[in-house]
Amino acid sequence: MARPAPELLRYLRTLRRFWAASLAAELEYQANFVLELLAVSANLAGSLFTLSLFYGHGHDLGGWSWDAALVVLGLYTLLDGLTTTLLQPNLSTIVTHVRTGTLDFVLLKPIDSQFWLSARTFSPWGLPGLAAGAVLVVVAAVRAGARPDALHLVAAALLLVASALILYSLWFVLAATSIWFVKVWNATEVLRSALVAGRYPVSAYPAGLRLFFTVVLPVAFLTTVPAEAILGRASPLWVVSSLLVAAVALLISRWFWGFALRFYTSASS
Amino acid sequence: MSRHHGPDRSLRHAVRLARVLLSSQYALMLEFRAEIVLWALSGVLPLIMLGLWSGTGVASIPGFTPQRLVHYFLAAFVVRQFTIVWVIHAFEEDALQGRLSPALLQPLNPFWRYLAAHVSEQATRLPFVLAIVALVALVHPAALWWPTPAGLLLALLATHLAFLVRFVIQSALTMLCFWSERAAALERLLLIPYLFLSGLVAPLEAFPEPMRSFALHTPFPWMVWFPAQLLSGGTVPVARGFGVLAAWGLLFLPIAVLLWRAGLRRYSAMGA
Repeated sequence: MARPAPELLRYLRTLRRFWAASLAAELEYQANFVLELLAVSANLAGSLFTLSLFYGHGHDLGGWSWDAALVVLGLYTLLDGLTTTLLQPNLSTIVTHVRTGTLDFVLLKPIDSQFWLSARTFSPWGLPGLAAGAVLVVVAAVRAGARPDALHLVAAALLLVASALILYSLWFVLAATSIWFVKVWNATEVLRSALVAGRYPVSAYPAGLRLFFTVVLPVAFLTTVPAEAILGRASPLWVVSSLLVAAVALLISRWFWGFALRFYTSASS
Repeated sequence: MSRHHGPDRSLRHAVRLARVLLSSQYALMLEFRAEIVLWALSGVLPLIMLGLWSGTGVASIPGFTPQRLVHYFLAAFVVRQFTIVWVIHAFEEDALQGRLSPALLQPLNPFWRYLAAHVSEQATRLPFVLAIVALVALVHPAALWWPTPAGLLLALLATHLAFLVRFVIQSALTMLCFWSERAAALERLLLIPYLFLSGLVAPLEAFPEPMRSFALHTPFPWMVWFPAQLLSGGTVPVARGFGVLAAWGLLFLPIAVLLWRAGLRRYSAMGA
């Protein structure tokens, strides 16, 4: 078999082809850009309005200042953009592949099937969300008076990668259940709606829910923990556990895909 | 037609048609009960917001005690469960897959079938909604309450009316599928103000003043906040609520019908 380095190069080259092709295809529908821009702005306005309901009466959310809470909201918007760009367009097609039997062709390709299913397309319409989220994070962090040193910036970058990986694994595992549950509107909607909890710092929830959002559905690691690092107050314990959760989540997604495929018997059988 | 062609006969025909449609759609929905559980779970937003509100600023909502807040959000959760509308996605799928043409050959407007599918889905959903409510009651023992008979009846009526109005509005939007591939995107866009203004994230009493009046001029709060307040025993303008809902429904019904006729002409004109 091939050596690891050329193998990685081959995947990167394939990825470039995939995304260039889907970008060319998507740019045929430029009206989408306006719609996405409107959706991102409306969603942000609505989230800001909801946050202001809490802060407007002199309360705060779990001890977070208004600007610090905006960093969390920015990270949520960023991850939502990532979902629209990569997770949703790719993983929502698994169910169609299962239903119509085209998963057979994916499995026959000389490339890892999880990679193909997770990275085949790229939708530029999530980019407004990614940009808005990034801007909000930076502006809110500066306004909150965050002066993170180099170490904290590295930690924040690592935690962002970890949170993206956790999000991906959650999506992938749920999308892979379509091997069993075949319907067009699939289970990922549940995830998307539960992750809305990540718009707010996790310490704002009552103890039971906080535990749930940390241990069962790791919402805390998606937005709150990276936000702490950006604000320069990350604790080593949280950084390590976040990286650990990301690694375990990724491994589980890998294992689960192999497990699910054992139950896949193609469309005709 | 026969000699007994009259209101009696057509009524009997309608009843039989409704029974057949509902029982066949219910059987179909039972097949998808696992997915329907997932769909029921995807309406957790009011429960998440309940967590946030009970953790912080309850005192800042006039007229709300912590217990009333639990009741309100639980009621909002239930109301949302029975007002979910997905006709645009079903129609888009049917049109794309070519299932619309055979449906048009039948002597029945396909939207009756969609309506029956929605009602059947709600019936399938009912046990799971009760299970989730029971689960919340386990966490918050004080969460359950007995609505007054009048409140329950009004809430039931308001919820069904809200469902019908949402169904009619979304059906009107669905008709744009005949002209554009972006109709579902428009629906997603419309869902955003619904999400923030309907009372799912906070009871309208928590809105600051200019915002609350603005929200009350949109149809959104009357679809969740109004039935939820009726169910949880809050004070709402009952007559105004039913009036507003009926007005929005009556406004969009002719639009939907006209667009359907125009769309059908276009559909057949394309040679499909």
